[in-house]
Amino acid sequence: MFGYLLKKLVVILPTFFGVTLVAFVFIRTLPGDPVMLMAGERGLSPERHAELMKEMGFDKPILIQYGLYLKQLAGGDFGTSIITKQPVLKEFATLFPATVELSLCAIFIAVFIGLPAGMIAATRRGSVFDHTVMTGALTGYSMPIFWWGLLLIIFFSGILGWTPVSGRISLMYFFEPVTGFMLVDSLLSGQPGAFSSAVSHLILPASVLGTHPMAVIARQTRSAMLEVLSEDYVRTARAKGLGPQRVIGLHALRNAMIPVITVIGLQIGVLCAGAILTETIFSWPGVGKWMVDSIFRRDYPAVQGGLLLIAAIVMVINLLVDLLYGLINPQIRHTE
Amino acid sequence: MKKSRKLIAALCGASLLLASASAWAAPKTLVFCSEGSPEGFNPAFYTAGTTFDASSRALFDKLTAFKRGTTEIEPGLAEKWDISADGLEYTFHLRKGVKFHTTANFKPTRDFNADDVIFTFMRQFDKNHPYHKVGGAKYEYFNSMSMPDLIKEIVKVDDYTVKFVLKRQEAPMIANLAMDFASVHSAEYADKMMKAGTPDKVDFEPVGTGPFQFVAYQKDAVIRYQANPNYWRGKTPVDNLVFAITPDPSVRYQKLKANECQVMFNPNPADLEAMKKDPVVNLLQKEGLNVAYLAYNTSIAPFDNPKVRKALNMAINKQAILEAVYQGSGKIAKNPIPPTIWSYNDAVVDDAYDPATAKKMLADAGVKDLKMKVWAMPVQRPYMPNARRTAEMIQADFAAVGVTVEIVSYEWAEYLKRSKEKDRDGAVILGWTGDNGDPDNFLAVLLGCDAVGNANRAQWCHKPFDELIQKAKVTADPAERTKLYQQAQVIFKDQAPWATIGHSVVFQPVRKEVVDFRIDPFGGNIFYGVDLK
Repeated sequence: MFGYLLKKLVVILPTFFGVTLVAFVFIRTLPGDPVMLMAGERGLSPERHAELMKEMGFDKPILIQYGLYLKQLAGGDFGTSIITKQPVLKEFATLFPATVELSLCAIFIAVFIGLPAGMIAATRRGSVFDHTVMTGALTGYSMPIFWWGLLLIIFFSGILGWTPVSGRISLMYFFEPVTGFMLVDSLLSGQPGAFSSAVSHLILPASVLGTHPMAVIARQTRSAMLEVLSEDYVRTARAKGLGPQRVIGLHALRNAMIPVITVIGLQIGVLCAGAILTETIFSWPGVGKWMVDSIFRRDYPAVQGGLLLIAAIVMVINLLVDLLYGLINPQIRHTE
Repeated sequence: MKKSRKLIAALCGASLLLASASAWAAPKTLVFCSEGSPEGFNPAFYTAGTTFDASSRALFDKLTAFKRGTTEIEPGLAEKWDISADGLEYTFHLRKGVKFHTTANFKPTRDFNADDVIFTFMRQFDKNHPYHKVGGAKYEYFNSMSMPDLIKEIVKVDDYTVKFVLKRQEAPMIANLAMDFASVHSAEYADKMMKAGTPDKVDFEPVGTGPFQFVAYQKDAVIRYQANPNYWRGKTPVDNLVFAITPDPSVRYQKLKANECQVMFNPNPADLEAMKKDPVVNLLQKEGLNVAYLAYNTSIAPFDNPKVRKALNMAINKQAILEAVYQGSGKIAKNPIPPTIWSYNDAVVDDAYDPATAKKMLADAGVKDLKMKVWAMPVQRPYMPNARRTAEMIQADFAAVGVTVEIVSYEWAEYLKRSKEKDRDGAVILGWTGDNGDPDNFLAVLLGCDAVGNANRAQWCHKPFDELIQKAKVTADPAERTKLYQQAQVIFKDQAPWATIGHSVVFQPVRKEVVDFRIDPFGGNIFYGVDLK
């Protein structure tokens, strides 16, 4: 196990290095530069343009810039945003908990509904329930987030008035963030009603962001279950007289879970992409929106730092998923 | 800061509790659905309206000011000013008894005075000023208004008198000093922070003299202000102001409907019809201080011939563009400045839409089978809701007179860069929103000889026109300046470096409870004086 972990880490390091290069080159290959965008329609003289680029260090040959950047990174410095003049790491740390909170709730909703739906659909293959779930999954899978989010807002907030339109908590609650997770902070604040306000603000965005993974999980669970249910050991278990709950819940599900866990792990990456749109619609102060803004402003340090941090997190999650396989099914041995 | 924020939080919490206990004492909170996060809180560093709304327009004052909802100048922190006969010396007499905000980490010991004005401008002007490099600031607006070349020195005459000495005459100077970059900061606060080793705080935890004072900011979520009880113009009617940062325009509208905010910015054009009918919404509108244009490259044949440009102008059906692109709410532009700016020459006659004559004029000029490019911006701007659609309509119009148009577009930053190039191929759709309400800010910036290869997208340097606007720049008498600018507009129309397209109308939805919100011609959101019923 330890050897396996070590081996994985050895792969992660060059990957991380690769990401720094990709992030660095990616943002610089985009046409236009931050100075140009700042000046807007007014424009500025070529001399002033050169002067500003020089002040920001963007005039140096790209390889030297990259070298300096790596040196900076090695010292644990992710750079400073050229727009807000704030350290990138600090901005990321302020916004990231919001994205995590939203994504966790989304994946929770997705698993909580997607998994049982897929299981039941598999055990009742061909039934009305099965068809309904599969049609629902297909619809959910192909739903554009932007449109879906707005639709839910108009229906639940606009017409029914059940949920707030957007934001993380009602503006009447005002407390200093402690953990950055609104659900936790609202409880810590001790203000009556704060927690339920935070929950009511979270329901719609988490459902919207969870729709896509939910559909994928339901479909994946169903097909994995179907495969496992036709295995010999399931027939044996049934022949031994075990009840359907034990057969499905223990013997079948455990094996069916392997591909499902993989899919859930992969969905984390998808969540990051979905979060950009969800955060924009629901005025959710997370890293997705921040990354997009930084790209539009050509805020090189922010984009580089943000991509790097997100990539690092995704890599760590994938590593955890790999380790999780072994826990779910001890028969899986990581070759050392 | 943290501790004190907690204290404020506790106070706010307590006041909320009190408020619910006794309705008569309920503090009035005005919530504004803004578009995005400010880049920071020092307006001198930035050029974006979102940033100015959150900083200069709420927290700060300038020496001179724009009367709310107009482009007229009125006294600000300077009670009055004198201009020397040669137009080179501006002496400002400062207002007495103006208090800076008292915040968590700053308690002013003195009133606003000349030192604050000197600090504000020397920070931007003097490269050796201890604060010049703090925060890696670039002072782009100060630079782009040519202040470094214009100002010779800034002198403190006494505690309440400051003199700006210029190198050359600059008639728009008074208007320039009402702009956001000229927001006056506290020198005392700056000194204190410098001594404490935290000079950056001046820019992140702002202290001004403005109608609101800063309470807290959570990036991409919310900015909180409270009314400045000591404001020199009198306390604003509401007690708290909150910016709820809401990037999506349709969501802003939903929030407005749900009373999660009372004022919103920049509605989605598609929502306007519904807003007009909405019983809870009051849809305010005002002519924008802007212009959209199609700039030919006048340095390249056949567009170097004014007759060709004129002919092409006559081929464009502007009324159709107004209806299709501006949804009938804008105004056809005939001059390069909007009608809301003084010196607008209403006597100028626009080129008539006349394809037959246009065709003939092109033939007379020897132009046959002309192929050209029309550039369409990739983004929606206040002056131009849909450049692509406009380009397509111009394409069809030009086809009718035998000119083949290829529409090109680039990503926004690239568009701005490439469209400036002197040998650029094609005519560019672009526009402008005024900075200070002065005609010079349109005519010199966009059409002056100095601006060729830069904001002068027509690459048009026409001596008779340039002489007029240069002369107007150094003429102090407004009546005389008006005359010069009106002549300049006649020359402009005759020479036709642009096809002037339109001036847009700005819409701003507010809830019915909102009292006396006035649309700012500069595109800002100003909450001083706004009340809730």
